[in-house]
Amino acid sequence: MFGKGIIKGLGITLRHTAATFIDDMARVPSRYTNAIETPQGKLLRQPPDSKGLFTIQYPEEKRELPENFRYIPMLLYDEKTGKDRCTACGICAKVCPPQCIWIVRDMNEQGKPIPRPSEFYIDASICMSCGFCAEFCPFDAIKMNHDYEMATYDRFPGLVFDKEELSVPTSYYASLYPSAWAAEEAARAAKAAKKAARGKKGGGAGGARRKAAPAKRTAAPARKADAPASSKAEAAPPQDESKAPPDASSPAPGGSQS
Amino acid sequence: MANENQVPEELQQNVFVTSIDFLYNWSRKNSMWPMLFGLACCAIEMICTAAGRYDLSRFGMEVMRPSPRQADLMIVSGTVTKKMAPIIVRLYNQMAEPRYVLSMGACATGGGPFKEGYNVVSGIDKYLPVDVYVPGCPPTPEALLYGILKLHEKVQRQSIRTVPWYRKDTPRGITIPVLGPDIFLPDRADEIRQITMRQETSEEIAS
Amino acid sequence: MTESVVTTSSLPFADAVPGAVLDADQWGIIVNPDKLVELAQYLRDHEGFDYLSSLTAVDYLGFKDRTADDRFEIVYHLFDTKKGGDGIVLKVRLPESKPEVDSLVKVYPGADLQEREAYDLYGIKFKGHPRLRRILLWEGFHGHPMRKDWKEPYYEAEHKPYKSRWPVGHYQWAEDRVPWGDNINYPKGFDPDAFEPAPLPMPIIHEPPEGSDHIHTERIVVNMGPQHPSTHGVFRMIVALDGETIVGLEPEVGYLHRNHEKLGERNTWLGNIPFTDRLDYLSSMSNNFGYVLAVEKLLGDKGKPPERAEYLRVIMAEFTRIVNHMWAIGFLLNDLGAFFTPALYAIEERELILDLFEAAAGSRMMCNYMRFGGVVRDVDEDWLRKARDIVFNRLDRKVDEFDEYLTGNEILMARCVGVGLLSAEDAIALSACGPMLRASGVPYDLRRARPYSIYDRFEFDVVTDDGCDVYARYKVRLGEIRQSIRILKQALDQIPEGPIMNGKPAYVTRVQKGEAYGAVEGPKGELGFYVVSDGSDNPWRYHVRAPSYINLNTLEHMTIGYKVADSVVILGAIDIVLGETDR
Repeated sequence: MFGKGIIKGLGITLRHTAATFIDDMARVPSRYTNAIETPQGKLLRQPPDSKGLFTIQYPEEKRELPENFRYIPMLLYDEKTGKDRCTACGICAKVCPPQCIWIVRDMNEQGKPIPRPSEFYIDASICMSCGFCAEFCPFDAIKMNHDYEMATYDRFPGLVFDKEELSVPTSYYASLYPSAWAAEEAARAAKAAKKAARGKKGGGAGGARRKAAPAKRTAAPARKADAPASSKAEAAPPQDESKAPPDASSPAPGGSQS
Repeated sequence: MANENQVPEELQQNVFVTSIDFLYNWSRKNSMWPMLFGLACCAIEMICTAAGRYDLSRFGMEVMRPSPRQADLMIVSGTVTKKMAPIIVRLYNQMAEPRYVLSMGACATGGGPFKEGYNVVSGIDKYLPVDVYVPGCPPTPEALLYGILKLHEKVQRQSIRTVPWYRKDTPRGITIPVLGPDIFLPDRADEIRQITMRQETSEEIAS
Repeated sequence: MTESVVTTSSLPFADAVPGAVLDADQWGIIVNPDKLVELAQYLRDHEGFDYLSSLTAVDYLGFKDRTADDRFEIVYHLFDTKKGGDGIVLKVRLPESKPEVDSLVKVYPGADLQEREAYDLYGIKFKGHPRLRRILLWEGFHGHPMRKDWKEPYYEAEHKPYKSRWPVGHYQWAEDRVPWGDNINYPKGFDPDAFEPAPLPMPIIHEPPEGSDHIHTERIVVNMGPQHPSTHGVFRMIVALDGETIVGLEPEVGYLHRNHEKLGERNTWLGNIPFTDRLDYLSSMSNNFGYVLAVEKLLGDKGKPPERAEYLRVIMAEFTRIVNHMWAIGFLLNDLGAFFTPALYAIEERELILDLFEAAAGSRMMCNYMRFGGVVRDVDEDWLRKARDIVFNRLDRKVDEFDEYLTGNEILMARCVGVGLLSAEDAIALSACGPMLRASGVPYDLRRARPYSIYDRFEFDVVTDDGCDVYARYKVRLGEIRQSIRILKQALDQIPEGPIMNGKPAYVTRVQKGEAYGAVEGPKGELGFYVVSDGSDNPWRYHVRAPSYINLNTLEHMTIGYKVADSVVILGAIDIVLGETDR
């Protein structure tokens, strides 16, 4: 019969629609039974027994991200001491495939390098979120952030993150990556125990002798730790806040003229 | 802004400009039709955003129009190459105002990982005015939705009295770049000539 | 891969065509440029090497032991589609002063696009090629960018990592380094006003056969794309029409030419892995797989992955195939005019598989999961449970749904059966690969023809169809989803415990000097990586044998004589992804 295909096609649409409703009804009182309530919204995953696909009503609901999720890197600092974990060894900058990491190693008064970065930049408009920096960092100092809500009105310098913007406390990392954090802490404890057992020489390079990092860090926690869901623009300096977004319909594209 | 208080003739007597603004923006924001226009990897995530799980139609955006004449929003989703740039600018010029550009992903924003490539434009903002940048490679559908919400915020803040598209002095198009030995804007011909010719003379002197 | 062919005392095929073979080493046979066509003809007709898989050029400027007399090398990879097994590699060395060689188009029509690419990027002239024009770049572009002495505008150093990033890495905007403030460079003395753009290329007209009942009308040339809803990205077709019938078609690509190969030569070996993700962005796991296989050939024993990693690779690659074929079928329906709804249903399960990828690799699409000698991260029991749930409970149901609603669907049949015919001989000659080739009845699947990884352990069938049309391609894809599910069921059952990495993960890869061609049967066909190493940390040459690109050879052949609306369906059934086509 001619037209059977069309009727069949309409049938499948109808069946899908009905199935969705029935599936929703079956979840009364709430489809959020296995959702996690957070200040940023409800986090949810597709229930395993659901038939079709689960629509996530962003921004009210969010997907529960897997631990390995990667977006833009972040730098960790110890919130108790305020010290950066980064030692400016430069491995992340070397391994970065698009070369979007810039690091300036700090110097002391004599011009000798100190193992900490004085500047650290990541250009998010180049970063390809590959995660190599986090993978090869020997000090667990750079990790991939889960914060994807970073749309801005200004790309330059809005998307070039400096050290201040990249830094997050270790507790933030621990909350994003609970199992990796536990494993790393265990490894670190084991290493320290081994070191202590080996003798009193201890210490070795770096760590203990290092001066405390700038104190302002501890006073003002970084933006991402403060509000993981907050946008870049909201955390930007106040003059950006008050200013209306740049009028995009202005005819002359800036970059090509300058 | 010099024309801050310029009110179109027909609205001079109207005291309800704010309410009109609100309605005007609210209606625009809730039916912002994107152009069905994909460039690269990000286009796939854009399609996923429109598909079942993220459902772009919740924002009144499910009508993706392949024709620029019917679209309000251009989502530049992917790497802009030099070969493609003139076409994108032409498409933008064909869009009816008010029109918005959302740069999706690292590539459209700043060339991304391919920035060094000889055929890659380092950011669509070299040619078009961009309203919202969404970083990420590729941005997840949620990140794109966040960018769209950000754009809604911006639309909501516009005022019918100051928007450029009702003004007579607003230029209506953007110069389309040309593919020569390398891409160039005809507007910048003098500047280009200065450098290419100067190089030649300095070389002559040196040799 | 060619070790078996080569001995030092007697050169292979030396007496077949006298004077054709000049030399041979473990990586290939050096052929006299004047006798290349003759030798290729002989190999095709008498030795069974009927399939020109990959053709590319290498620039050896500054390479050890190379002079200007043998600066360029054209590398041909030939295979046998009937017997399978390792193929042979032919090489032609060309001097810097006269980079010219006879075109192979007459022997292997599939050389068409690849020779144009080599011409575009290396400036090698192929004598006798019917339309030797630039293909990825535009006519009039200055220079041939893949040559080693051609520097891109943002050139910083030959190889990454760049010295400017560390230890004194003050952020520098790349735009500030060039006088134009952008990624552009003009030759000296370029005058913008005197510039004339090149005319649009016109397709070659194929006259309909004499005596057919064809009504001649006015010929018009229609441009489709690069912004067209049905071209799957930024693809452009210039179509010559006689009424509604296509009499000529010129594919125009390069609108997404992102310079993978040039960047690949700058990158470190490891740094190329995430770039391969972005080739065919629907199936990043397969791309990773192909690249790591190629490099592991150079690494030798160091690169042998442990068991569990092999299983994980196969699982990921087969999931990718499912994802890709679902997408292809969904968007084929889109091209047929069923806008978006069928595609929506088709990519439903894809989201769940992407969730798995995200949990294992960290990103939905750009997985960057495989490393030389293993994979980056192990999966846990929970992951395997979810994967089993999808494979054993959901995917079969989905494929049955496709089968039930689509396979017998009259609209699908009316639009697809008998459309875009490509005979088996033509498919082989035009170097078609993957489902395109198998839908023409050629059972050539690399997983069987040249088993890599652990595919020889699994039971699965090579799906073929003798229909040779769009419908057959649809059915082959559907069948391949079923076979992939079959492989997945076996792999998920058998996956052993154990390490996932051979040795410690290291960010510097020490690769011996040499060449390797590693290929996988990607969802779109034979995805090959040809890498040349000079022993340093960066590849000397990194070439991608892109199935989407080479399958486009068949497009003109398949569309001539059909209606313009069919061209959309035929293109859709090739299943191109522009990231891979243009690279």
